[in-house]
Amino acid sequence: MLTKSTHDIAAPFSRRGLFAATAGLMLGLASITGAKAADDTIKVGVLHSLSGTMAISETTLKDTILFLIDEQNKKGGVLGKKLEAVVVDPASNWPLFAEKARELITKDKVSVVFGCWTSVSRKSVLPVFKELNNILFYPVQYEGEESERNVFYTGAAPNQQAIPAVDYLMKDEKVKRWVLAGTDYVYPRTTNKILEAYLKSKGVAQEDIMINYTPFGHSDWQTIVADIKKFGSAGKKTAVVSTINGDANVPFYKELGNQGIKATDIPVVAFSVGEEELAGIDTKPLLGHLAAWNYFQSIKDPENEKFIKAWQAYTKNPKRVTNDPMEAHVIGFDMWVKAVEKVKSTDPDKVIDALPGIEAKNLTGGTSKMLPNHHITKPVFIGEIKANGQFDVVWKTPGLVAGDAWSKELDGSKDLIGDWVEKKCGNYNTKTNKCLGSGS
Amino acid sequence: MLANLPARLCTLALSLFLIAFALPAMAGPFEDAVAKFANDDFSDTDAAIGVVASSGNPLAFPIISALKDGRLMADADSKKVYVTGTDGKSVDAATGAAVASVPASASAVRLNNRLRRTVDAALGGLTLLSPDVATRIQAAQSVFKSHEESALPVVESALAKETNKTAKTALSEARAAIILFKPDASEVDKLEAVATIKSRGDQEAMAFLTGIGSDQPASVKAGAASAIASIQSSLAVWSGVQNAWYGLSLGSVLLLAAIGLAITFGVMGVINMAHGEMVMLGAYTTFVVQEVIRTRYPGLFDYSLLIAVPLAFLVAGAIGVLIERSIIRFLYGRPLETLLATWGLSLVLQQAVRTMFGPTNREVGNPSWMSGAFELGQITITYNRLWILVFTLAVFAILLAMLRYTALGLEMRAVTQNRRMAASMGIATSRVDALTFGLGSGIAGIAGVALSQIDNVSPNLGQSYIIDSFMVVVFGGVGNLWGTLVGAFTLGIANKFLEPVAGAVLGKIAILVLIILFIQKRPRGLFALKGRAVEA
Repeated sequence: MLTKSTHDIAAPFSRRGLFAATAGLMLGLASITGAKAADDTIKVGVLHSLSGTMAISETTLKDTILFLIDEQNKKGGVLGKKLEAVVVDPASNWPLFAEKARELITKDKVSVVFGCWTSVSRKSVLPVFKELNNILFYPVQYEGEESERNVFYTGAAPNQQAIPAVDYLMKDEKVKRWVLAGTDYVYPRTTNKILEAYLKSKGVAQEDIMINYTPFGHSDWQTIVADIKKFGSAGKKTAVVSTINGDANVPFYKELGNQGIKATDIPVVAFSVGEEELAGIDTKPLLGHLAAWNYFQSIKDPENEKFIKAWQAYTKNPKRVTNDPMEAHVIGFDMWVKAVEKVKSTDPDKVIDALPGIEAKNLTGGTSKMLPNHHITKPVFIGEIKANGQFDVVWKTPGLVAGDAWSKELDGSKDLIGDWVEKKCGNYNTKTNKCLGSGS
Repeated sequence: MLANLPARLCTLALSLFLIAFALPAMAGPFEDAVAKFANDDFSDTDAAIGVVASSGNPLAFPIISALKDGRLMADADSKKVYVTGTDGKSVDAATGAAVASVPASASAVRLNNRLRRTVDAALGGLTLLSPDVATRIQAAQSVFKSHEESALPVVESALAKETNKTAKTALSEARAAIILFKPDASEVDKLEAVATIKSRGDQEAMAFLTGIGSDQPASVKAGAASAIASIQSSLAVWSGVQNAWYGLSLGSVLLLAAIGLAITFGVMGVINMAHGEMVMLGAYTTFVVQEVIRTRYPGLFDYSLLIAVPLAFLVAGAIGVLIERSIIRFLYGRPLETLLATWGLSLVLQQAVRTMFGPTNREVGNPSWMSGAFELGQITITYNRLWILVFTLAVFAILLAMLRYTALGLEMRAVTQNRRMAASMGIATSRVDALTFGLGSGIAGIAGVALSQIDNVSPNLGQSYIIDSFMVVVFGGVGNLWGTLVGAFTLGIANKFLEPVAGAVLGKIAILVLIILFIQKRPRGLFALKGRAVEA
């Protein structure tokens, strides 16, 4: 709606020369859709915000898919046809995501869509993908508690990011007191609920857990950082687990640095801060603070080095960074290509059935596999922030971790599994042997 | 500057060492330990630090300080370890012999947080006798944190020699910390130690006393408990002071963001939804200035903000004049159209910046005089917030003086109070309109320079301030600059006293509800202008 309303406003002025130009510019920006389709191509939808608040994160993912399509076409495309990207801009506007998804599937007739970042945008497009029976690859770490037939989750579920990170702090840093700080929306709230249950199951007392929520884009962190400092001075080793989202991280880290909280005193482990976010901060005061991801640009692996080189050449920017959700798209794209080639068709039903069991190389030296619950296996890394804005991996899981669609830590979901191969069900209760079905 | 001292010291020690010693290479525990740095294994590094720090070898200090700064290079193949000095010259860490260059296969020895703590503790022991006061204080503080029993003799000899008062206090606190954790220390000594730490009186002292463990004599435990209680009650008073300071600081940010709007909306009556984007343009101007300085004149970095302020004023002001001339002047007296047009304009400006600079955050650095914090009693005051408060008040004072004492200010007030009469007195009203709008926009640009120091520089920067700005201006009373000042500080302080009680989310909601109720009661804000003020 954001973009659309701009046109509505701009239209009455278009008679005046200045506005004609700007309105034209906006129109051009809003519809960078590909050239007119020919029948001998396979269309791939890209549903990432290119304007509005989320553009900061999602624009890179759009570029990633364009890059992957470009590489695939150089290899001859898929099933002898070239791939063609159809890019739309949902403008960080959740209802618009659903509208644009419908447009991609019905008007542009795409075979698959790569898109969304926030959980609320994913929830908004879900009914569209179910109704029109198409495929969505979702590349971002999220709160779990979901397994849908039409969606493939290539980002981390909580047991592939949050739980291993807490384990690391507990064992290696001997942390006894926990601050769970997050932005006030569904991902932090669910993740913190899972973490709180997990910590309590490990014998952490209620008074040693402090939970704090802040609004989106919070910029005055003085009180909260002072509170963290106070909470951390109870004689027990304290750590902050941060699910603070997006832009709010920069002022948060700046305040930490300015108030002199060092990683050696109170480490902060973040689940939403990657190479891309650090590009906007002076990282020297953040030395040693942590992030948990399934991929870091600094990981030394031939596949990764090859990818980074090709990516920087494609974007013509030798400093362009890579990050975790990009790797998720790389894996998801590869899996989709393999599934299509396996069934020799782009028919969504056939591809959905073919995807579980498909394996694809990840960029950290392993092979990820699509599971029956539509999540994938991934390694988990803990990285410390270095002065150059990159991460130094200090710990990793011994093998790949299988993503749980439903958290084992929460009472409401510990008996549930997602299984689209045998049970054909996203929320199968293993105690009662019943599928709860949709609407729950 | 402080951060440089240990480094400089290290170079000094290194060169002294090179002159004085030329040890023949021989394998001993020290050399074995040094070789362990090349294993790239955190527990090996940990063990090596312990051996090197306690070896008494003159190379210990250069090695460990190089490790801290990432200047200790290890070659995994040859198991050779090198210390690269801050001057770029390198020596073999095991022998101290100068080497021409470090092999390309060598990389810096990696650290994690646990090791960084070990390094800090080891450096603390090694630098307690440093000739530099600041280094000694830092060393005493890291000994206080690590309270390693082995450091006690050094601490005591340093204490005996110490003449500086602050360093002496820090050292006696470090000594007290060691004694409290020393199993064979006498009860009297321990009680004395509790008293020493109690007099420190801050959060760290409280944390320390809470964590002394349960194997202490009963009298020490009781002493610690009463010390904790007394520290707590004094901290409770300080936390009120702290909230007030945070409130002032938040108020200054609100005021800074709103002050330009107080002109365009408050004085002129234009509902300017693009105000936030003027702030954003100011922040991007700062970014461009810093980029130029970084690449061309790195020495000027500390002055970057001073250079950015006038430029941001000009950039945002010029765009403001352009907007007024091309759009807003056709819409005077039509508030709804103005609102829609300026809102559309804000989207255009955002997308234009996004296209030019990219959607991601841009890095704007803090000059050294705006980084860090100082302690005032038991509260921490960060320099960037302090300077922003000073800057805001200065901008406010200048603006007030301008409106009051300059010809342009007089014309502005005349035009906004009675346009037709002002026109018949020979004032070019449309020129004054353009300049007034430019002034408001320019001030928003200046605000952007300051806000770039505490917030993200991204195309969305302005959006997060627009609502707050309108809130402040409406609350303070439209058309009254003093109202804006009082409104901003009232909202800031109220917010900061609510936040610890209600949380950030509820606090913000509570403030909004209070404002709505207030506006119901007094629709024209705190300080309503009476008489012939402009009716928008």
